[in-house]
Amino acid sequence: MVKNDVKVLGAWPSPYVMRPRIALNIKSVNYEFLEETFGSKSELLLQSNPVHKKIPVLIHGDKPICESMIIVEYIDEVWTSGPSILPSDPYDRAIQRFWAAYVDEKWFAAMKGLRSAQGEERKAFLDQVTEGLALLEEAFGKCSKGKAFFGGDRIGLLDIAFGSFLGWLKVTEKLNGVKLLDEAKTPGLVKWAERFCADAAVKSVMPETEKLLEFSKVLAAKMKGAPPPKN
Amino acid sequence: MAEEVVLFGVRGSPFTCRIEIALKLKGVQYKYINEDLDNKSPLLLKYNPVHKKVPVLVHNGKPVLESLVILEYIDETWQGYPILPEDPYERATARFWAKFIDDKCFPAIFKSCWGEEKEREKAVEEVSVVLKILEDELKEKKFFGGENVGLVDIVAVVIGFSLGVYEEAARVELLNKEKLPRLCNWIDDFLSNSFIKESLPPRDKLIAYLRNYYRSDNASK
Repeated sequence: MVKNDVKVLGAWPSPYVMRPRIALNIKSVNYEFLEETFGSKSELLLQSNPVHKKIPVLIHGDKPICESMIIVEYIDEVWTSGPSILPSDPYDRAIQRFWAAYVDEKWFAAMKGLRSAQGEERKAFLDQVTEGLALLEEAFGKCSKGKAFFGGDRIGLLDIAFGSFLGWLKVTEKLNGVKLLDEAKTPGLVKWAERFCADAAVKSVMPETEKLLEFSKVLAAKMKGAPPPKN
Repeated sequence: MAEEVVLFGVRGSPFTCRIEIALKLKGVQYKYINEDLDNKSPLLLKYNPVHKKVPVLVHNGKPVLESLVILEYIDETWQGYPILPEDPYERATARFWAKFIDDKCFPAIFKSCWGEEKEREKAVEEVSVVLKILEDELKEKKFFGGENVGLVDIVAVVIGFSLGVYEEAARVELLNKEKLPRLCNWIDDFLSNSFIKESLPPRDKLIAYLRNYYRSDNASK
């Protein structure tokens, strides 16, 4: 396979960018990683994703595919000789997609809220994050059925969706002085997180927590430079 | 074993409507249960404890949640009419536009009619931008799905039906016929489809309901 045939436009700190990279690794597909410069958008990005101008973008041949979870499903459907990322049963697929959507739309939204919130608002977001993790702990029990991952013996769609946020979860724990994944409250997820981060498909693309922590400070400084929000 | 398909929904909600369209296109027999969102049934809360929302599709006792997830489930479970195309790139494209409609179009349409007063003007501008993007995506096709109604068309009930209803109910103009000729043609074709027509709630009743439910104190609009 020609290496240039598959490209991923992205940036190392982004959990969304990790997702297609993990998927491509699962399928043993070689790809070129084109890193965007922080603070600016390349011509290629603007051309490939004119609607949202966001990373990640998968470029397969000359076709751009956008939106991280849509890219993951595309990868699963194109490279059928590798291990499956989605289960074959429609109901199991629906469960994986449901929780992946929950992680993005509800749980990570609360995590992002936590980043900039103060006082009472901060406590409210923290509660939402913790409640979300309790739901995900329960979902893990049901989905894994005693196996290593949400996807069973191997990493699947929901593992990718949720696992890609583990780096930022650790940063949030450090910045807020809290333990979000906890042996007492979320024992299943604690062990799952270790296995996920150690997996061959994930290791090379999961950023080190220290590097992310440094980056989060750069990000915070940039956000402070923006004009204050209107109330 | 006899198959049991139950749909929990709210008449008038475009999200419920999507599921009815899909089930009808597939020729699936189903039982419809209408929910009162101010007084949710114990059954709904049992099937959707996380979000407590409609629509919920219960297939042989197992609940499927979130309209986009349900649409994919319906396509994968029942053969016959294809909701998604076969080609992976076309599927990715369909999913992209479905998500665009849900993430960008519907919230702007809703806010411009029923949002906080101070947010409405900005939302109206946003609607103009996103509808133009859809207009451009339609190109020369009859439907977003090509010759026939597909995933994006089903999801776009919020534009094909809800948009016009909200415009009339809130007395807001959102659809500029000169700027969006293709989209207007698409709306006509959409509303002419027999399965879609069967799935839509009575228009006048919905307008009256919306005006009453979102009764606002400002007389200027």
